[in-house]
Amino acid sequence: MDLTYGPEYERFRGEVRAFLAEHWQPSGGSADVAAFRQAAVAAGYLYRSVPRRYGGSEQPSDVLKARVIREEFTAVRAPMELKSLGTQLLVPTLLEAGAEWQQERFIEATITGQIKWCQGYSEPGAGSDLASLRTTATLTGDRWVIRGQKVWTSFAHEADYMFLLARTDPDADKRKGISYLLVPMDQPGIEVRPLRQITGESEFNEVFLTDATTPADWIVGSPGEGWAVANTTLKHERAWVGDVAESDHLMNSLIRLARRTPGPAGRPWIEDSRLRSRLMEVQGYVEAHRYSGYLQLSRSLKGEPPGALGLTNKISSTNIAERIAAIAIDILGDASLLPHTGADLSGDVGPERWMYQYFGSLGSAIAGGASNIQRNIIAQRGLGLPRDPRVPEK
Amino acid sequence: MDFDLSAEQRLLEESIDSFFAGSFPLSRVRDCYDAQLGRLDDLGALHLSEILIPEAYGGGGGTILDVAVAAERLGAAVAPGPFLGRVLASYAITVAGSDEQRARWLPKLASGERRATIAVGEPGDRWSLDDLRMGGHRLTGEKRYVLAGDGVDAAVVVLTDGLALVDLGADGLTVTNTEVLDRTRPMVSLAFDGPDHERLGGGAPGAAAAERVLQLGAVLVAADAYGGAAKCLEMAVAYSQQREQFGTTIGHFQAIQHQLADMAVDVLPSRGMYWYAAHAMDCGLDDAGGFASLAKAHITERYVAAARRTIEVHGGIGYTWESDLHFFLRRAIFDRAYLGSPEMHRQRRAHSQLTQDQLAQANGHLARAK
Repeated sequence: MDLTYGPEYERFRGEVRAFLAEHWQPSGGSADVAAFRQAAVAAGYLYRSVPRRYGGSEQPSDVLKARVIREEFTAVRAPMELKSLGTQLLVPTLLEAGAEWQQERFIEATITGQIKWCQGYSEPGAGSDLASLRTTATLTGDRWVIRGQKVWTSFAHEADYMFLLARTDPDADKRKGISYLLVPMDQPGIEVRPLRQITGESEFNEVFLTDATTPADWIVGSPGEGWAVANTTLKHERAWVGDVAESDHLMNSLIRLARRTPGPAGRPWIEDSRLRSRLMEVQGYVEAHRYSGYLQLSRSLKGEPPGALGLTNKISSTNIAERIAAIAIDILGDASLLPHTGADLSGDVGPERWMYQYFGSLGSAIAGGASNIQRNIIAQRGLGLPRDPRVPEK
Repeated sequence: MDFDLSAEQRLLEESIDSFFAGSFPLSRVRDCYDAQLGRLDDLGALHLSEILIPEAYGGGGGTILDVAVAAERLGAAVAPGPFLGRVLASYAITVAGSDEQRARWLPKLASGERRATIAVGEPGDRWSLDDLRMGGHRLTGEKRYVLAGDGVDAAVVVLTDGLALVDLGADGLTVTNTEVLDRTRPMVSLAFDGPDHERLGGGAPGAAAAERVLQLGAVLVAADAYGGAAKCLEMAVAYSQQREQFGTTIGHFQAIQHQLADMAVDVLPSRGMYWYAAHAMDCGLDDAGGFASLAKAHITERYVAAARRTIEVHGGIGYTWESDLHFFLRRAIFDRAYLGSPEMHRQRRAHSQLTQDQLAQANGHLARAK
C-alpha cells in the first residue's frame, strides 16, 4: 500500500509548480488564458494525447502525470483544457477514427476554441435507446442530405458544426445502418430552437434538419460504422476513473453554507448535531468514492481490470450531489421558496445558487446516459446478469 | 502509487478463503445456532488473532492492514469466535504495556497459552472514552458485550484513564454469559468489585493508548462489515441466476438487476475506506482516528442494508431459520452497534473534521492578514 507518487512524480510535480509560478497569476485578472494555455501545451501539460502537428503536446500516456497536472493546476485555479463537447468528445473520436484531413482541419481549431461543436445524438424518439434513431442521411451526388430532428442539443445555438448520428442504410440492422457525420450548422436546412431547461436557462436546443447537407467525405469511419465510432468516444467516457474533485467542492461549499446560515435557536447550522450527523453521512460516501478512485487508478496502472467497481463511479457521484442538495435545501429553509440563479458555488454565495445546484444535480442523473441505463450496465457487465432483461408477464 | 493489497496480503486472503471453503463452510457456522460450536482449534491454527503481535514475542509481526484484510475475510465467512477481542487485547498490551508486561504477556498470547479479550462497553450505550465511567485505582462497575469463548481467560479493560489487565478468574470479578443476537460472537458481562488487576503502563500514555485500541477496533469492525456486505451481494447475484419465476431466472428482471446494481454502488466503493483507515493507522497519520470512525459508521450501515436486501431477493426461503442469510444480518447488526453506533462515530468524525477545518480557515485568515 503506497499512496505516494514516488520521487519521479514528485520531481515532475516540482516542475509543474515552477511552471505555474512563472506563468500563472491566480488573482491577476490580466492573465491571458489563451497565451497561458499555449505555454502549457508547449511545456507538455495540456492536450497530452493530441499530436504536436495538431496543436497538442503529444506526450506518452501517463495516468499519474495527468493526475499530478490536474492536482497542481486545480490548486491554483489555472485553466486546463477547454471544457467543450468538441475537445472532450469529438477530438478523441477523430484521433481514433478520423481521416487525416479531418484531423488536420478540425483538431487544432477545436482545442484552441476557434470552432465550436454540438452533439447530434438524441432524438424525440431515441433517448436511452439511442440506436433507434430515425434521422436519415442519403448520399445524393457528392453530398449527404439529412432529414430529421435532434433534441437536447447543448450549445447548438453557438456551434459552428455538429457531429451527428444518422441512419444511412434503412434496411440494415438497427445498429449497423448508422453513420457518424460532421455537418456545418450555418446553412438554410438547419433550424435551431432553444429549449428552456428546468433551471430556466436555455443551454440546450431542438435542431430541425430539413434537407441539410454536408460533403460526402465529411463522414468519420465508413458508412454503417457510426455506432462503433460513437462508442469509441463512449469508451473513453466509461473508462473515466471517478474524480472526487467535484464532490469535494460541493461538500466544502455545503459546510461553508452551514457555517454562515443561522439555524435552530439562532446558532449557525454547523453547530446542530443532527445536521452534523447528516453531513458526515454524506462525507462517508465522498470518502468511499475517493478511495474507490485510488483503487481503480492503482489497478489500471497495473493493467488489472477494475471489475464492477469501475462502473459505479457515475452513480456514486450523482448520488452524492443529490444528497448534498437535499441537505442544502434544509439549511436554506424559507429561502428555498425564492428563485435561483447562477451555477458557481465558490465563495460565500447566496441561497439562489444553491437552488440552482438543487435542480442541476438532477441533470447529472439524466445526462450522458441516464442512471437507470447505468444500472443496467452495472448489472449486466459488472455483475454478470443476463443481457436480455424481461418484464414479468401474467 | 499503489493503493492496493500486496502480493502477500492477497495470499493471506486466498489462504483464509480456501480454509473456509474447504473445512469451515456455513454449515459449521450453523453450529453456533443449532448445536454446540465446539472448539475452534482448526480456525485457530491459521494464527489470525496473533498476526499483529510483534515477531520478537512470537507473533506474526503484521501490519494493521494485514490484520484488517484478515478481518474482512473472516467477515465474509461469518467466522465465529472472539477474534476481534483477542486482536485488540494483544494490541493494547503492545502499545501500552511496559517492557516487562510485554515480555510476560505477549509470548503467551502468541502461543495461545493465554487468551485475552477486550472489555469496552458499559451499560447505557457507553463506548467512547468520554462516556465510559470505569476508571481509577479500584475497579468497580460493569462491562458488557465482552467477546468471549474459545478459551478466553483474561481481559484488557478499557478505562477512562487507560487500560488494565484482569484475569477472568480473579476474586471480585463476576463473569456472566450473555444471550446474544449474533451467536458467532459469544459474549459475557463482567461485574467488577475491586478485583486484582494490573495497569498497562510504559508505552503510550493511558488514555491515548486506549484511544488507539478503540480506533483499531473500529477499523476491524469496518473490515468485517465490508467482507460480509460484499459476500451478501455475491450471494444475491448467485441466487438471482438460479431461482426461476415467470419461466426464467429472476436475474432477467430489471427490477432485480437494479436492486443488485444499487447494492453494488452502495457496497463496493467502501472497501478502500477501511484500507485507508488501516493504512492511516500504520503510518500514524493525523486523520487516522476520525477516518476510522467514519469508515465504521459508513460500512456497517452498508452491511445492514445489504444483508436485508439480500434476504429480500431470496424471498420466503431467505426468511427461514434454515437459510444461512440471517447469520449475516445478525452479524451486520453486531458490527453496527459494537464499539458505538454510526451516530456516535459520525459525531466524533464531525468533531475532528469540522474543528480541523475551522483551524485551517483561521490559519488562512491569518495568512491573508500577514
